[in-house]
Amino acid sequence: MTAASSVTQTAQSSAILPGQGGWTGSLSDKFWRNPKLLLILMLTPPALWLGIIYLGSLFALLAQSFFSIDEFSGMVQYDLTLKTYGELFRPANLDIIIRTVSMAAIVTVAAACVAFPIAYFAARYARGKWKALFYIGVMLPLWSSYLVKVYAWKLILAKEGILTWIFAKLHLTWLLEAWLAIPIIGGYSLSVSYTGTFLVFLYVWLPFMVLPVQAALERVPGSYIEASGDLGATPGQTFRHVIFPLALPGIVAGSIFTFSLTLGDYIIPQIVGSSRLFIGQAVYAQQGTAGNIPLAAAFTVVPIVIMGFYLWGAKRMGAFDAI
Amino acid sequence: MRSDGKQRAPFALKAAAGLGLAFMHLPIALIFVYAFTTEDKSYQWPPPGFTMKWLEVTWNRPDVWDALKLSLQVATISTVIAMVLGTLCAAAVSRTKFFGRETISLLVILPIALPGIITGIALRSAFSIADIPFSIWTIILGHATFCVVVVYNNVVARFRRTSGSLVEASMDLGANSFQTFRHVILPNIGTALLAGGMLAFALSFDEVIVTTFTAGQQSTLPIWMLEELVRPRQRPVTNVVAMVVVMVTVLPILAAYYLTRDGDQVAGSGK
Repeated sequence: MTAASSVTQTAQSSAILPGQGGWTGSLSDKFWRNPKLLLILMLTPPALWLGIIYLGSLFALLAQSFFSIDEFSGMVQYDLTLKTYGELFRPANLDIIIRTVSMAAIVTVAAACVAFPIAYFAARYARGKWKALFYIGVMLPLWSSYLVKVYAWKLILAKEGILTWIFAKLHLTWLLEAWLAIPIIGGYSLSVSYTGTFLVFLYVWLPFMVLPVQAALERVPGSYIEASGDLGATPGQTFRHVIFPLALPGIVAGSIFTFSLTLGDYIIPQIVGSSRLFIGQAVYAQQGTAGNIPLAAAFTVVPIVIMGFYLWGAKRMGAFDAI
Repeated sequence: MRSDGKQRAPFALKAAAGLGLAFMHLPIALIFVYAFTTEDKSYQWPPPGFTMKWLEVTWNRPDVWDALKLSLQVATISTVIAMVLGTLCAAAVSRTKFFGRETISLLVILPIALPGIITGIALRSAFSIADIPFSIWTIILGHATFCVVVVYNNVVARFRRTSGSLVEASMDLGANSFQTFRHVILPNIGTALLAGGMLAFALSFDEVIVTTFTAGQQSTLPIWMLEELVRPRQRPVTNVVAMVVVMVTVLPILAAYYLTRDGDQVAGSGK
């Protein structure tokens, strides 16, 4: 009897634990009773940081695109107007936009072509040590210094550099010269031609394409490919009708990076390429030397809008599951 | 039934994959050759001769040391801020469902999804509106903003694989929230957090686009390199600096890989 009552007593006293001592204890009791409090405490610092510093400045910038600049005094006029956006459609500015978007599109297609075999081999054939090697082989260039990569290409593409030397050794100098003589993509040397700009863009953004394509290919079950073969498809047909459609979301996911990064870059075309501007350089020049912040802000809206549509389309193709 | 690993790759595929990998690595290897060339006026290939003297010349350059010091300071402080904010965000998003959860994850990813020049010019115009003078802190403000996503990505993936019942068990056994965090959550997310921190460090150490807008007169190492790229004045020193930068960034990347290799391959997704 006494034993039983003491058991119930312990049970009662331990069913509801006494409040924990100290401020940490009472605080965590509060969190337990009110989970929202903890959530709010956890979310406030990052939300404040990103909300105020990032979104705040972004909106401040976008707001400025609705101002205009007085052409005589060079002062910003704080009246709401769409005049600055109209300036984007001047032939010179439109040229910049078209040039940048075409470059981004070509770089994206080329990156998909070069990345696919790497991703395919890594996803389907590489095992064990080779798999790790391929993974690191893509991660290292991805994370190595952007400027060092650009610098390496300045060395490669220089008139006195290794590429000219290789062409000379192979007795193919005539080919290089013929290429450089082509009007738009050529130039005095590779380092001041669009071909050079293209190569550097392709090189720098390539790893961003390999990773999502590989992720998508890894999700293709091997049995699909065997089934396709069993049903009489040639390897080419299997690729066209089974592998490629299943890899497409990965390609689209990768193209988000290659396209967006090419649109916004202003350093590569400044260092390797002709003197004609890309969007990024135009933004930089407008806000810096020209002091025309409204036009610079309007220029930044172009990649935002293009990427908005791009992301919307990519989402419909299921690309976000592949990132 | 054929097992997956026994198929042989067609030769063309092997060749294309190998050439692709070579394309990604040879340019970086070239940097190491150029660091020792005796030629100092042009980018001549093949190098006329090899010398170690540029290492010494670079070692004695105060401007390189100052830039390196600033870069290390910025990267360290930004990484710490990003680790705190990224972990908080990841914990909130993965533990509970709440209104605006998707918005928070979008908000975290946005600074890296939009081109860097937009972040840069937005911050710069905000600084000028708010009359904030450029300093090391304006650089950090920018860097921490886009470093959050790297930490967040790594930690949120680990949280997804960690069972929530561990936390409940810890609470049932009488630990309070802080003890649970210290003894249960932290050991679980530790390596992912460390990997995220290392990648954030590498990202900040290398960042140039946003930094050109937020740095004012001071130069971080990438800014120093950019100036040399635009107007080459001391090619040999730049070669050596480039080589050192490659070596400094490779180490945290390899370390982050070894910390996260078991299962979640998220370390690099979405730089």
